[in-house]
Amino acid sequence: MALSAADKRALRTGISVGIAVAAYGVSFGALSVAAGLDVWQTCFLSLVLFSGGSQFAVIGIIASGGASAGIPAIASSTFLALRNGIYSMRVAPIVGEGPWWRRLVAAQLTIDESTAVAIAQDEKSAQKVGFWTTGIAIYIGWNLATFAGALLGNLVGDVNQFGLDAVAAAAFVGLLWPRLKQLQAAAVAMVAAVLATLLIPFTPPGVPVLAAAVVALVFGLTNWLHREPVAQADGLLEVQPDDADEPLDTPGFHPGHNHEEGATS
Amino acid sequence: MTLWLTVIIASVLSFVVKYTGYLIPQSMLEKPTFTRVTNLLTVAMLAALVAVQALGSGQAISVDARIPAVILAAILFSFRVPFIVVVAVAGIVAVVLRNLGWMA
Repeated sequence: MALSAADKRALRTGISVGIAVAAYGVSFGALSVAAGLDVWQTCFLSLVLFSGGSQFAVIGIIASGGASAGIPAIASSTFLALRNGIYSMRVAPIVGEGPWWRRLVAAQLTIDESTAVAIAQDEKSAQKVGFWTTGIAIYIGWNLATFAGALLGNLVGDVNQFGLDAVAAAAFVGLLWPRLKQLQAAAVAMVAAVLATLLIPFTPPGVPVLAAAVVALVFGLTNWLHREPVAQADGLLEVQPDDADEPLDTPGFHPGHNHEEGATS
Repeated sequence: MTLWLTVIIASVLSFVVKYTGYLIPQSMLEKPTFTRVTNLLTVAMLAALVAVQALGSGQAISVDARIPAVILAAILFSFRVPFIVVVAVAGIVAVVLRNLGWMA
């Protein structure tokens, strides 16, 4: 297969993003086992659910409520995963037509990072290379790292003694942080956090998180506190702008940079 | 509900959402309310998870070593320190504070 210079750039970006992201898999694996899942359940989540935010949500809610918090865990995971459906719509033309199984595989690999790298490329073939390289690199790396983290987690006894509860909280901060650049998103985050905290003593585990969905609905449907974006957003997760009025084809992903740095150009 | 059932249902639904995106018409992307609600849902759920993970202790609220760890994490993330480094630092801070007996 002949790769153009743009294809090769996309390939390199995909692999480097894949390696960087895969490293989180270790923390997921360790936290999942600490939350009470076994190694196989942990690996199943990374193999089949394969969406970081949702996976952390499932184990976070199980950690606080055990198996009986299954319903809110599933609902929270799915609400968080809805954005992947939007990414699918965006990358569908990049993936294109093909044998029936290609879309099934593409669907499974459609997450924040593969979408970000794909749409950051200018040329159609490079978009395709970027999507598949990133998706496959993360899939392999994330699953290997999850397995390693789960085995590591099994060696760890008391969760709190090792600060894993703080690690879980910090992980959610890291997933949330890049999405707070607009006033509306920051306001939703603030109100959702306060509401969830207030509900902790009065509702079963998992429900405070689920209830926060109402905050998104209220702000989203009324478009309350919406401001026109003043500048081009940067950072990986802005590939899906918080505001759909912003053209969707202005990726904030800068190829060649480590995505954690997502430098402002 | 058993843990396995939770894991399997959540995983299958995640795939269904991803695959559905390939089946529904692209014109949905032009509906601002639809994409806005979806994006804000992500923000709201993550923010609630931060709050519950940092303050919840079963059905009680407890202020402990997680709070300074989370505040430090937020500061580090704003300086674009890599994810894996930040979460490790957060864990270490919590352990150190607990061992010093400053915070439970």
